[in-house]
Amino acid sequence: MDDNTEPLLVIDDLAVEFRTDEGVVKAVDGAAFTIDRGEIVGVVGESGSGKSVTAMSILGLVKSGRRVRGAIRFRGRDLGTLPAKELRSIRGAEIAMIFQDPMTALNPVVTIGRQIVEALRLHDKRLSKAAARDRAIELLALVGMPDAAARFKQFPHEFSGGMRQRAMIAMAIANGPSLLIADEPTTALDVTIQAQVLDLLKVAQQETQAATLLITHDLGVVAELADRVVVMYAGRVVEQGDVTTVFTAPRHPYTVGLLESLPRLDRDVDELHPIPGSPPSLLAPPPGCPFHPRCPLARDRCRTERPELRVVGNGTAVHRTACHFAEELAAVPTEVTR
Amino acid sequence: MTAFVVRRILVNIIVFILIGIGVFLLVRAAPGDPVRMMIRPEDLQEGSEAFIQGRREELGLNDPILVQYARWFLDALTGDLGSSFISRQPVSGLLAERLGPTILLMSTALGISLLIAIPLGTVAAIRRNTSVDYAAAALSLGVISIPSFFLGIVAIYVFSLQLGWLPSSGMSTPGGGGGTDVLQHLIMPAAILGLAGAGPLTRYVRGSLIDELSADYVRTAEAKGGSPARVVTRHALRNSLIPLITIIMINIPQMLAGAVVLEQVFAWPGMGQLAVRAVTQQDYPVIVGFALYVAALVLICNLIADIAYAIVDPRVKVS
Repeated sequence: MDDNTEPLLVIDDLAVEFRTDEGVVKAVDGAAFTIDRGEIVGVVGESGSGKSVTAMSILGLVKSGRRVRGAIRFRGRDLGTLPAKELRSIRGAEIAMIFQDPMTALNPVVTIGRQIVEALRLHDKRLSKAAARDRAIELLALVGMPDAAARFKQFPHEFSGGMRQRAMIAMAIANGPSLLIADEPTTALDVTIQAQVLDLLKVAQQETQAATLLITHDLGVVAELADRVVVMYAGRVVEQGDVTTVFTAPRHPYTVGLLESLPRLDRDVDELHPIPGSPPSLLAPPPGCPFHPRCPLARDRCRTERPELRVVGNGTAVHRTACHFAEELAAVPTEVTR
Repeated sequence: MTAFVVRRILVNIIVFILIGIGVFLLVRAAPGDPVRMMIRPEDLQEGSEAFIQGRREELGLNDPILVQYARWFLDALTGDLGSSFISRQPVSGLLAERLGPTILLMSTALGISLLIAIPLGTVAAIRRNTSVDYAAAALSLGVISIPSFFLGIVAIYVFSLQLGWLPSSGMSTPGGGGGTDVLQHLIMPAAILGLAGAGPLTRYVRGSLIDELSADYVRTAEAKGGSPARVVTRHALRNSLIPLITIIMINIPQMLAGAVVLEQVFAWPGMGQLAVRAVTQQDYPVIVGFALYVAALVLICNLIADIAYAIVDPRVKVS
């Protein structure tokens, strides 16, 4: 089955649109990147950059949106054209998701244990209830849940936010997925809990050897966990490469802006530099490069010609950017710290 | 849990007593004289006035209202709600023998309501903005808009007069009887009352389920690989039916009001029939007794709703 010549997941020129009363919103407009087996890829971008819609599209969970272009290939199969039943056999088994808000992502009237057992038994019909129960308790213990057997019987409201996210992670890794999609897994949590959950994600990743797609707007999270980073803006990928390269030598003005807007601990910075302006309306994206209205490098060419992703730099790792004038960018910050 | 129930019961008893005071005073504040209502106009003649006064005295209607209330309240504590001015039978007995038929009619109607509303509302929610949804909406609005007495008369015309399938009135055939006989009498009034209740309930189920279907946990269930049917029945529907408990309990007094009307149409020997007659005859004790039965029913339903919430919704803490 496995097509070894291709990465585990290939997102190829994906475009997703939403029809609204005001017009067609192009939430994702030609996103393209890949994930290899066992690799952790961070997707960063502001709200509305299309990163979550891209993630949701992988498992076909975008309800009102319509895929107008492109393909999402997992192990060589286009997930968008799979029959519903086959897609369901992949959901939660080969590809599992961790959602942003653990407060609402768990069913409030079903015990944590039964929700994990459901995930197990949906994909292994021969698994007995007792065995599923034992396995679920094992999983809860694995994600650092003290007194897992007692927790198994409790309802989500009896858990703290961090504990719920642990339960979500236990559920996601229940069937040993080869791809884990984590959509802003720490955004809704207290800062003190975020670090614990990130550590746990690392553990879960090592445990399952799953490739991980980490959606976040937190560059620090990406720096800590990811091998590669994909920067999205206005529904497109504007830069991608390995984390060190992109963070030490960004080649897109938007990435530079993101890095400069971060507070730093390792350097004496008097003020933060937010990116001027706000993300463009996806109802009527600007012509040319979508970033040009906010870009310090923008000139006539940027206003008319849409830049395609191209290879830059001379490093061994592939570093791509969608900027006409990438070469003009001097190397900025050394490393992002949390 | 027990403490919670006991506390709720105590609160309900206070409410119940206050309702009793209110009803007692209101009934007596109504214009008219029950004793005059008892006498046929053609019997009114010289000397009648003395008889009327004597009768009023006998019934205690000339005492100050508070004395009347105190007397009634003390009797009521022993379970004695007084006797009908007209039939002279004890009120509690009159109501007790009518309670059974009314509860049978209402509970059957409620069951029919739910059997229609839950599947129909679910289908309408899943297939929203399709012809199925619009048809369900039209049906709901139809049964909400058409008065049940009208439906009752139409049903009697069609099923009793024209087709001759079902009996048109009463609860059993005189001399006949048995379960199937009662069932045959029950079908029409219960179905019409149930249909009237199903209209708004269907809308509630649809609205509530649509809300739940967009919830995050539903997406989680889909992401786990659950089939659409499983996601709806095991996850969304369970959550959407919780608020329905309140809606049903709020609707029970309304359903009782509907039952009062339909009992007239179908000559169903329930409390409604008794109450309507008592009101036209200004039979104070029966009216007050009926009002108290209804109040008790409503309070008990609310109590059941609270307890049911605590059972089905783990988030409700009852300590």
